[in-house]
Amino acid sequence: MHRTEQEQAELIKEISGVNTKKCMKCGKCSASCPAYEEMDIRPHQFVSYVQNADVKALLESKSIWKCLSCFACVERCPRDVKPAKLIEAVRLMVIRERGGNYLTPGEVPELLDEELPQQLLASAFRKYSK
Amino acid sequence: MQRIGVFVCHCGTNIAATVDVARVVEAAAKEPGVVHAEDYQYMCSEAGQLKIREAIKEKNLTGIVVCSCSPRMHENTFRQAAERAGINPYMVEIANIREHCSWIHKDIEEATEKAVILARAAIAKVTLNAPLQAGTSRVVKRALVIGGGIAGIQTALDIADAGYEVDIVEKTPSIGGRMSQLDKTFPTLDCSACILTPKMVEAAAHDKITIYTYSEVEKVSGFVGDFQVDIRKKARSVDMSKCTGCGVCQEKCPSKKTPNEFNRGLNNRSAIYTPFAQAIPNVPVIDRESCIKFKTGKCGVCAKVCQAGAIDYEQKDEIVTQNYGAIVVATGFDTIKLDKFDEYSYSTSPDVITSLELERIMNAAGPTKGHLERMSDHKAPKSMVFIQCVGSRCADKRGKSYCSKICCMYTAKHAMLIRDKYPDVEVTVFYIDVRTPGKNFDEFYRRAVEEYGVNYIKGQVGKVAEKGDKLLVQGVDLIDNKRILMETDMVVLATAIEPNPDVRKIATMLTASIDTNNFLTESHAKLRPVESPTAGIFLSGVCQGPKDIPETVAQAGAAAVKVVGLLAKDHLVTNPCVAKSDELLCNGCSSCEKVCPYGAISYEEREVNDHGIRETRRVANVNSALCQGCGACTVACPSGAMDLQGFSNRQILAEVDAICK
Ligand SMILES: Cc1cc2nc3c(=O)[nH]c(=O)nc-3n(C[C@H](O)[C@H](O)[C@H](O)COP(=O)(O)OP(=O)(O)OC[C@H]3O[C@@H](n4cnc5c(N)ncnc54)[C@H](O)[C@@H]3O)c2cc1C
Ligand code: SF4
Ligand code: SF4
Ligand code: SF4
Ligand code: SF4
Repeated sequence: MHRTEQEQAELIKEISGVNTKKCMKCGKCSASCPAYEEMDIRPHQFVSYVQNADVKALLESKSIWKCLSCFACVERCPRDVKPAKLIEAVRLMVIRERGGNYLTPGEVPELLDEELPQQLLASAFRKYSK
Repeated sequence: MQRIGVFVCHCGTNIAATVDVARVVEAAAKEPGVVHAEDYQYMCSEAGQLKIREAIKEKNLTGIVVCSCSPRMHENTFRQAAERAGINPYMVEIANIREHCSWIHKDIEEATEKAVILARAAIAKVTLNAPLQAGTSRVVKRALVIGGGIAGIQTALDIADAGYEVDIVEKTPSIGGRMSQLDKTFPTLDCSACILTPKMVEAAAHDKITIYTYSEVEKVSGFVGDFQVDIRKKARSVDMSKCTGCGVCQEKCPSKKTPNEFNRGLNNRSAIYTPFAQAIPNVPVIDRESCIKFKTGKCGVCAKVCQAGAIDYEQKDEIVTQNYGAIVVATGFDTIKLDKFDEYSYSTSPDVITSLELERIMNAAGPTKGHLERMSDHKAPKSMVFIQCVGSRCADKRGKSYCSKICCMYTAKHAMLIRDKYPDVEVTVFYIDVRTPGKNFDEFYRRAVEEYGVNYIKGQVGKVAEKGDKLLVQGVDLIDNKRILMETDMVVLATAIEPNPDVRKIATMLTASIDTNNFLTESHAKLRPVESPTAGIFLSGVCQGPKDIPETVAQAGAAAVKVVGLLAKDHLVTNPCVAKSDELLCNGCSSCEKVCPYGAISYEEREVNDHGIRETRRVANVNSALCQGCGACTVACPSGAMDLQGFSNRQILAEVDAICK
């Protein structure tokens, strides 16, 4: 099924339950995000991109694989926007369209990196596997 | 039978574009009792009112129905018109066919039908109207101001200058409020104390002003024009008439470990203390919870060293009871607690401070004698970070939904003053928006950037962490789309403000309404901004909403004018639409008293004549001056004895019948 970007944006909002209009563009989510430097599109931009229905860029963004699901942005956002839920929704959209596992246990050792927090591993399976 | 006249207003096109007024006239004319019906473009105009007056005379009308806008707008206009033509003003009814009809409907058919129904209900009601006489009540020529900050002081001065007596009740040991804690004030950077203390002195010296400090309002009864108030003067333990204000007691007091409230807990004070040097009155109080004598019975040093013999450990709280015509609330604000904002390390690092704490640090009489230093090691900072909007503009439960309004400006002030006095200190401000509406305000902020080199970053701080003796600030620059990780020496939080928490207690005592943020509600956001919806209660300063000093002073003056307008009246006309109990039906059950929000109902033993049987019964009695005509009691009364004049049960039912016809 082919969806327009507008429809995809609506779907992302529906899956995540996020109302992007609540964002006041303060940037506190990005200021809190531990994966900020790894991301090409930053948490606060995610909110704006979805609001503006620029979904293609998000689907191709590496940020969706870099987000740690630490929920710091959800915790700190003064407007209760929950950017991480949007990122999760975009990720789900990609996974569903690919229709398979993005991460298998066999791949883990080679991807492991000293700097990455432990927490990442646990959530990674939740995020990248069907 | 009444002779009723119906007048249907077009309100230009406001009504006539959606309601077919001719059909309303036609339908009204057929109702029983209606002997005259007409429409006109603007009933409220002189010409429109003349039509009503002429019809009253020509047709001998006894009741009037005006189909027009809300009674809140023009009920009074039409009542006066009727009165001028010789009929009782309470024989006028309004059918609201604008707010309740034309403005909310699009379809002409529907709107016209509804307008006819509303007219019919008003006609049914006026048929049962009876003439009512408004009574009068006295006006006590004295005002009470609760809160002695700049708002309360200014209101009191303005009322007193108009020739009326004013009492100020201030909770703390001195008047002055937050302004006495500030160092310099935007936008002109004059020293706060230099402009505040003359006002404090003037208030203290004014022969019409009485100041009760270390006092609180304990009980309020009565009503507009005649409130009765109990003021609790807490025991100072120092005789005001003997104390010379020399300060020896404070020097010698051995109990010196109580956090100094005036300096926001940045240093300690003695058990016997005056909050600051220019305090008014300059008479200390003993904080009995910290005093060794009150805790253990031993000490008494202050009494020994006091040359004037002013120390009085036996002093008791005193209740002063006084009557007032008007009450002004000026209870101001505090900064919110930051315990829910762990990310800024406020509770763990002494070098993360609020802006109000910075005011004390910069003040020559403050804990560091005006020298800018870190509270942890007393070293001068080389770099400082300011974070705006901390706890303001929050949709979550951690903070406040509103913009605190003053922090953009005071942050620019702080940044500028620091760069001016310590040009080597790097100053960075993180902001979401810089909000500087106000005369010369934006220019002030731009000066901070362009002349003083303050580094403003559009973005927020996500985390402040302690790192050695430094603070690590993690933020984001939204313009450069870049992460910022910087070490700094001090972090200053522009903390949200909130109404003084005990305003809830005050509001309950005064039956004045407050909003969800505890700000006192004004009677009309635009047209009655300094009046509470409760008659005789006025609002001054930040207790009504965030304000800076210029706005506070302007509003304080406005509140004073309203008070003076009230006190200048010889008497007040009371609303005759009040509850009245039928003594023959009342069984004295007390149901009505329990629901009355204004305490207007009491019971008395009265001799009644019930169909020839004389007996003494306990019956309800309504104080018509206190009753606001809300009607709660009429619903609560199980025996149908309680009725509201002008809105009797019969009248309401007649309206319902007419609507359902
Ligand atoms: C850090 C900071 C810097 C600021 N800098 C500036 C500036 O540079 N320029 C400027 O224009 N504005 C500035 N302001 C704003 C200014 O402080 C306020 O506009 C002003 O103080 C409001 O005065 P107020 O009388 O309404 O309230 P307050 O000053 O809070 O006074 C209220 C008074 O009521 C008393 N009170 C409270 N409850 C009761 C009660 N139940 N019974 C009796 N008394 C009670 C309090 O003790 C207090 O004395 C600043 C504010 C802050 C926080
Ligand atoms: S923290 Fe919330 S309000 Fe601020 S930019 Fe991020 S999503 Fe928007
Ligand atoms: S949940 Fe993802 S986007 Fe949000 S702060 Fe954590 S890593 Fe960043
Ligand atoms: S009696 Fe109390 S107030 Fe007086 S000096 Fe002793 S501790 Fe201080
Ligand atoms: S005045 Fe400025 S700093 Fe204060 S809450 Fe409003 S926008 Fe934020």
